[in-house]
Amino acid sequence: MAEAVITAAPTEVSDAVNLKARLRSATARSRRNAFLLTAPLLIMLLITFIVPILDMLFRSIDDPIVGQAVPRAAIALEDWDSGAGLPSEEAYAALVADLAALRTGGSDGKALIGRFATRLNFEQPGVRSVITKTARKAPKLKEGPYKDALIKIHKKWGQPEIWAAIQRLSAPYTVVHFLASLDLHYDVEGSIVGQPEMRQVYITIWLRTLYISGLVTLLCILLGYPVAYLLATLPQRTSNLLIILVLLPFWTSLLVRTTSWIVVLGRNGVLLETLAWLGLVGDVDRPQLIYNMTGTIVAMTHILLPFMILPIYSVMRGISPTYMRAARSLGANPARAFYKVYLPQTVPGVGAGSILVFILAMGYYITPALVGGQNGTLISNFIAFHMQKSLNWGFAAALGAILLAGVLGLYWLYDRVVGVSNMKMG
Amino acid sequence: MPDSDIDTLVEFVGVQKSYDGETLVVKDLNLKVARGEFLTMLGPSGSGKTTVLMMVAGFEPATHGDILLDSVPINNVPPHKRGIGMVFQNYALFPHMTVFENLAFPLQVRRMGKAEVESKVQRALDMVRLGGFGHRRPGQLSGGQQQRVAVARALVFEPTLVLMDEPLGALDKNLREEMQYEIKHIHENLGVTMVYVTHDQSEALTMSNRIAVFDDGVIQQLATPESLYEMPENAFVAGFIGENNRLMGRVTEMNGQSCLVEVDAGGSVQALAINVDGVGTRTTLSLRPERVTINPAEGSCPNVFDAKVEELIYLGDHMRTRVSVCGHDDFIVKVPNSSGNVNLTPGEMVKVGWMAEDCRALDARE
Repeated sequence: MAEAVITAAPTEVSDAVNLKARLRSATARSRRNAFLLTAPLLIMLLITFIVPILDMLFRSIDDPIVGQAVPRAAIALEDWDSGAGLPSEEAYAALVADLAALRTGGSDGKALIGRFATRLNFEQPGVRSVITKTARKAPKLKEGPYKDALIKIHKKWGQPEIWAAIQRLSAPYTVVHFLASLDLHYDVEGSIVGQPEMRQVYITIWLRTLYISGLVTLLCILLGYPVAYLLATLPQRTSNLLIILVLLPFWTSLLVRTTSWIVVLGRNGVLLETLAWLGLVGDVDRPQLIYNMTGTIVAMTHILLPFMILPIYSVMRGISPTYMRAARSLGANPARAFYKVYLPQTVPGVGAGSILVFILAMGYYITPALVGGQNGTLISNFIAFHMQKSLNWGFAAALGAILLAGVLGLYWLYDRVVGVSNMKMG
Repeated sequence: MPDSDIDTLVEFVGVQKSYDGETLVVKDLNLKVARGEFLTMLGPSGSGKTTVLMMVAGFEPATHGDILLDSVPINNVPPHKRGIGMVFQNYALFPHMTVFENLAFPLQVRRMGKAEVESKVQRALDMVRLGGFGHRRPGQLSGGQQQRVAVARALVFEPTLVLMDEPLGALDKNLREEMQYEIKHIHENLGVTMVYVTHDQSEALTMSNRIAVFDDGVIQQLATPESLYEMPENAFVAGFIGENNRLMGRVTEMNGQSCLVEVDAGGSVQALAINVDGVGTRTTLSLRPERVTINPAEGSCPNVFDAKVEELIYLGDHMRTRVSVCGHDDFIVKVPNSSGNVNLTPGEMVKVGWMAEDCRALDARE
């Protein structure tokens, strides 16, 4: 017996060592497999999502054009105090030299002049032609005084604003896009001031985006909560059928759902025609229901409603009906039992649905673009405008970065108030 | 307890309940619950006992018949106006409220003053020995503590009637036994009427003044725990309460209280005629294992049969002995572990005997 134990022990030990090694290699393989399975998605996310976002965030502060286009002028303007009159003759000479070099520098140089002019134009509308005109004439200016010559070419060279803009933009990084996003800009002295009233656009847009998102979220709660309650309290078989009806819009293109609202709410649409037939609205002075804020709110509420219903429903499904029974057996009438016992338990669902709907609404683009008209467009529409039309990518990136920061801030706030771990999505 | 003597608190008059309009879950229930009584409704799942409780609480309407509370029909009184305390199966403590808030809820609903609420809640918490737990949330309590909070909450507004729906089902065995005594003591101290639903017969036997055994929507027997065990009136009750040997047979002779039964596998047994219609009807003989004697003294028992020891299980205070007798090989005899008892061995041939009054001839329901 004792002999058997002695001979058995060493083999067990060596087996154990083997076992550990085998276990390690086996788990290593499964770890590697797990990584390989997710690798395509990871790589795709990295290339198509994370890198572009980082690139956009960088673009919102990246501003190399002026420094590249007019390096000599940038150096000459370094010590210039924009509050104390025009820059020195030296700076004029440097600018002329820079522009002349670009003008004679082949197609690359000419392209850079264009971008330089565009960049300055964002800062001071109307400056583009000044730059191009000056650049055309710069190679012919062989000797000074350059100051007078430039002012002769265009009188704006005799004003400090354009010089202040060049000075400010010659730094490789800038916050002007962020300032512009909030209707702020640098004045001639370089201090941050509000835009003139007629150029204040974005504060209004931001507030409108917040207002519409908040209102849509509220409407979704008001419309979605009773539906979720119905779904959660009906027998499973019936509620499954109704859930399909809730999910049905997901199977229809967003574009179709939005355009169908045009059919419903349009001037000669289903709704107004019916109301006119009933004599409730006149034939001439019909209310405008679409291509304005009303249209945006109606269409967005409709489209985002499932995102509210599903989290609330999933939370309600988990609330045992005995809570309501207990409350009633303790003497609470149905309304009080609901308000004191049921409602507080659904808060995680309402919170999850609200944050989902609010964040989606903040970034909504297609629907407001189609039915928003003048006063129903959101910040995303302006981001798209600057991406596609005005080609001011830096500014679009700054708007996007603020939107992203706002959404993250909201998420943080939600975590502090309700707790993300309390959130139930479905 | 004859019906006329009791001070009735709850009365069921011809109550029926159907959920689907086809089958009756509760069939013609007539029952009086005395004031101050601890009445248990015991039965297997699906026997209708919980439905009865829900009808009293007002969560399920009776399909037919009347439920009277203090002689007043309550069929049309909504649950929150019935003033009945209830302890639910999974406690139903409100998870978003502290223990104190849970207990204060029924008092605040009744618009009591703040000081009164506080003193009543504290008294109720002290009663269940959770005085210092008021600020905790239900999720931070153990199962037994949650159970005690649920009991305290059902009692804090001083209802005359408290319903309990399998309140100990979620607890482990030791805790369950401890809580049985605790609830029993609360009942004795407060004098409140309790209607308790369970499927656990030992729980019912421990706690109740009376037990109503439910099966198939009908009360099979309503009696004190003792008479339920000693004198089951039908085969279901005999089989459901305690351990029970059953022998199937046919009545061959009626003799007033007693009868003679021809067991199917051969042999004739003298038994008490409890639930048999007369000569020729089939019957189930019911016999408690502890009432069977191994190798009885000559002439001491009217019923003596040859048996073969099949299996012995040592259980300390007694030896659980399985024998085959009269063609049944699942016949159990509890042999007390007292000095002077013979040591049995499996395969051994013995004689088993029992008294005629310990053997009850019941209905033949399988």
